[in-house]
Amino acid sequence: MQWEVVIGLETHTQLQTKSKQFSGASTTYGAEPNTQACEVSIALPGVLPVLNKEAVECAIKFGLAIEAEMAPRSVFSRKNYFYPDLPKGYQISQFELPVVGKGKITIQVPATKNTEAYEKVINITRAHLEEDAGKSVHGAVEGMSGIDLNRAGTPLLEIVTEPDMRSAAEAVAYAKKLHELVQWIGICDGNMQEGSFRCDVNVSVRPKGSDKLGTRREIKNLNSFKFMQQAIEYETQWQIETLEDGGTIQQATVLFNPDTGETRAMRSKEEANDYRYFPDPDLLPLEVTEADKARVKALMPELPQALQARLVSEYQLSSYDASTLTASRSQADYFVATVAAGAEPKQAANWVMGALSAKLNAEEKSIVDSPVSAAQLAALLKRIADNTISNNAAKQVFEGLWAGEGEVDAIIEAKGLKQVSDTGAIEAIINEVLAANQAMVDEYKAGKEKAFNALVGQCMKASKGKANPAQVNELLKAKLG
Amino acid sequence: MINSSLKQLGQQLASKQVSSVELTQAYLQRMAQLNPTINAYVTIDEDKTLAQAKAADARIAAGDFGPLTGIPLAQKDIFCAKGWRTTCSSKMLETFISPYDAHVISQFDAAGAVNLGKTNMDEFAMGSSNETSYFGGVKNPWDFDRVPGGSSGGSAAAVAARLCAAATGTDTGGSIRQPASLCGFTGLKPTYGLVSRYGMIAFASSLDQAGPMAKSAEDCALMLNVMAGFDERDSTSVNREKEDYTRGLANMTGAQPLKGLRIGLPKEYFAEGLSADVAQVIETAIAEYKKLGAEIVEVSLPNNNLSIPVYYVLAPAEASSNLSRYDGVRYGHRAAEYNDLMEMYMKSRAEGFGAEVKRRILIGTYVLSAGYYDAYYLKAQQIRRLIAQDFVEAFKHCDVIMGPAAPSTAFKAGEKTSDPVAMYLEDLYTIAVNLAGLPGMSIPAGFAQNSEGKALPVGLQIIGNYFDEARMLEIGHAYQQVTDWHTRMPEGI
Repeated sequence: MQWEVVIGLETHTQLQTKSKQFSGASTTYGAEPNTQACEVSIALPGVLPVLNKEAVECAIKFGLAIEAEMAPRSVFSRKNYFYPDLPKGYQISQFELPVVGKGKITIQVPATKNTEAYEKVINITRAHLEEDAGKSVHGAVEGMSGIDLNRAGTPLLEIVTEPDMRSAAEAVAYAKKLHELVQWIGICDGNMQEGSFRCDVNVSVRPKGSDKLGTRREIKNLNSFKFMQQAIEYETQWQIETLEDGGTIQQATVLFNPDTGETRAMRSKEEANDYRYFPDPDLLPLEVTEADKARVKALMPELPQALQARLVSEYQLSSYDASTLTASRSQADYFVATVAAGAEPKQAANWVMGALSAKLNAEEKSIVDSPVSAAQLAALLKRIADNTISNNAAKQVFEGLWAGEGEVDAIIEAKGLKQVSDTGAIEAIINEVLAANQAMVDEYKAGKEKAFNALVGQCMKASKGKANPAQVNELLKAKLG
Repeated sequence: MINSSLKQLGQQLASKQVSSVELTQAYLQRMAQLNPTINAYVTIDEDKTLAQAKAADARIAAGDFGPLTGIPLAQKDIFCAKGWRTTCSSKMLETFISPYDAHVISQFDAAGAVNLGKTNMDEFAMGSSNETSYFGGVKNPWDFDRVPGGSSGGSAAAVAARLCAAATGTDTGGSIRQPASLCGFTGLKPTYGLVSRYGMIAFASSLDQAGPMAKSAEDCALMLNVMAGFDERDSTSVNREKEDYTRGLANMTGAQPLKGLRIGLPKEYFAEGLSADVAQVIETAIAEYKKLGAEIVEVSLPNNNLSIPVYYVLAPAEASSNLSRYDGVRYGHRAAEYNDLMEMYMKSRAEGFGAEVKRRILIGTYVLSAGYYDAYYLKAQQIRRLIAQDFVEAFKHCDVIMGPAAPSTAFKAGEKTSDPVAMYLEDLYTIAVNLAGLPGMSIPAGFAQNSEGKALPVGLQIIGNYFDEARMLEIGHAYQQVTDWHTRMPEGI
């Protein structure tokens, strides 16, 4: 039988706010245990939550970014369960009425050996605000478990998709796209190691062609794209084999073990809690007006899809280039800055996606830490455009910029890379070359086009690479013509 | 001195006829003598109290003082007070020392008032007789065999026995007004949102409201001036301009100071369930209001009979969640021995909570459970809106509503403890006010002779429209200008 995998994602993004979702305590990562736990974080008797306006702004930004329906009124509810790292005995979340409703994210699924790259629209079901729990710390004290409530109350936006993905590749493409988007609009730092961006993946399989969903298992807390890919592939295979062996899938929460590459059931959903959701009487319903949306929109950067369209229409870039350049906001910003500093757009795109990107990858640097600034790159490209240096020489200048050897013109000067564009000087070189290579000249005249290229090569060599190749071509053609 | 009004005490302090330390010591002595019997206070800390009194005297000497500076007050043990044991009369919090101040406490601190101690109450404010307290019941100063009402029973007894100049209480379903009726003093539950709930230990968040418990309407006005006001730490606190609740009191003189006032009498309040002796006192009080110029209109609150069942769905639902934080993990009672996490939770909570609290946690957990939520919680919320709508209709025909605050006078300790429903009916006339979020107060309206020939106080309830506290206090004050019920003290103490 042919099987089809069906995947939906729930992503917890930690919002980049100064303080917690419902209190003034700081959200900085990595502080000493319980030093960022105020009376509200500890849930002392009598304390009350106050909604963080900054977190609401983040949610609105996300809603605007995915062109979502946003309810004018959403409600905070209590999700009741006992756990030592949940100080109130309930989590404040949104249940029936989330702040962000249905929206869409378009993903680019990369090409593989057997398939072409393609785009796909993933439907977002909802995104809601909630607070994070603390952490249980085992082993710090012999025979005891410690509780660190620094993270308790940290604001999260949980983003839920429809079960729209049909492969691990699509799921990873979605996760990456979302990861970029939340950083692009500045609501999440995207740090997966610190848990700022955590994905739960719901996986089920069904016979291809069936429109009924299979029973799903939820892979919890995947904190890298590589693990997500591995976990989904393993889980999919496991479910198919289980069904083909005549077994059934039980709804369950599973954990991925990166060491073995396997998924293993953590708890069966059958014993799942009844969370007894009800509206939190300590919080008023959250009102989001058109004016709020307009105000937040004004604070937002140009969105990737809008910028992409602009790069195509304004700069005449191909849609492939536009989509690659806008894969991250930092890269897009760099490109836009390079063009703003006077570089020709197509050339700037080639350099940013080509030489710069390769060098950054090789040295494992992020574009924001690039030793070559956008202004420097633009200056370099201008020197190519005005024929001061050749493309080849430009690569040497780029290396010099990377190594911090100075500004573009100084490096050209120091390395003697200035292109010779003086007609007289080039003619002199051509004359020498023609005199020394009569055989090639004869071949050319006999109709061998290749001989012409060889003569150009000789001229370039004679000029030590400094002659302007276009001029050499032109003058040589005139001489031989 | 102990029977003086807050205004008189304030004048004596300001003119240095008496110091705050002297006044405080007088109360502390009275407490030392009477509290072992009455059990109004669960925590007394003379050093802390006297330090506050000294500070108040210094402020008075420096000329930096207000109407309540130096005045000794009792605080219900539901308010967190920094450095004070704060127990909610529960074993669960028997040893909990609060590291922070409730909004109400810090307001009184800023006003320079002196905290005499923390008063007894029903455990987590769940009860109408103070008998669910882990620290034992409280005696009604009018008859030691009887309960003071609840849940603010300790504050009630302290005001009635003059163990404080005034006190704070909280009212979720009648916990200020019913004890005020049973102990013969003035108690006001403000509009929901007028007084910040920050630091007030939650029972049922959508109903809880703090208010003053004092001898007179005038005293309540002075107390409310300190307690009311916007607090950004409570999202349900209402951001409105501060008002002076004493501003209209001086106008309550002359023959008919309430001329034009329309008093609505809900027919449902004078039906089955109201004892005859209480009814008679209320009728006499209404007659007095007519003399003051008021006119009487009959109104109807057709859904009032649903208020108790609705309350006993909603309040336990919220309570079951509010009390989840008492899990033995971070503070409060933790069982001495347990084998795993689940056992620690179960034993800690089984040992830490009393029977009534457990009953309400069970009810609340049940009504919120999957499959029952719609039938109970959601339905109750719908009826709650109908109950609030009843008042909107009634206030089209009247300015205030009057009636009894409790169906009978104080009952005997133990009389209703085995019958929770009989106990719940104590709040028949008060609960709807909480469900609607309206302000309500009870003022002393006279005495009813019980079968043993003892005279027990009866309270008249005045229900106002939203944020109409100033007018309600005027109406109470006008009555207290022509009657002396509010100055009566229990004999022999």
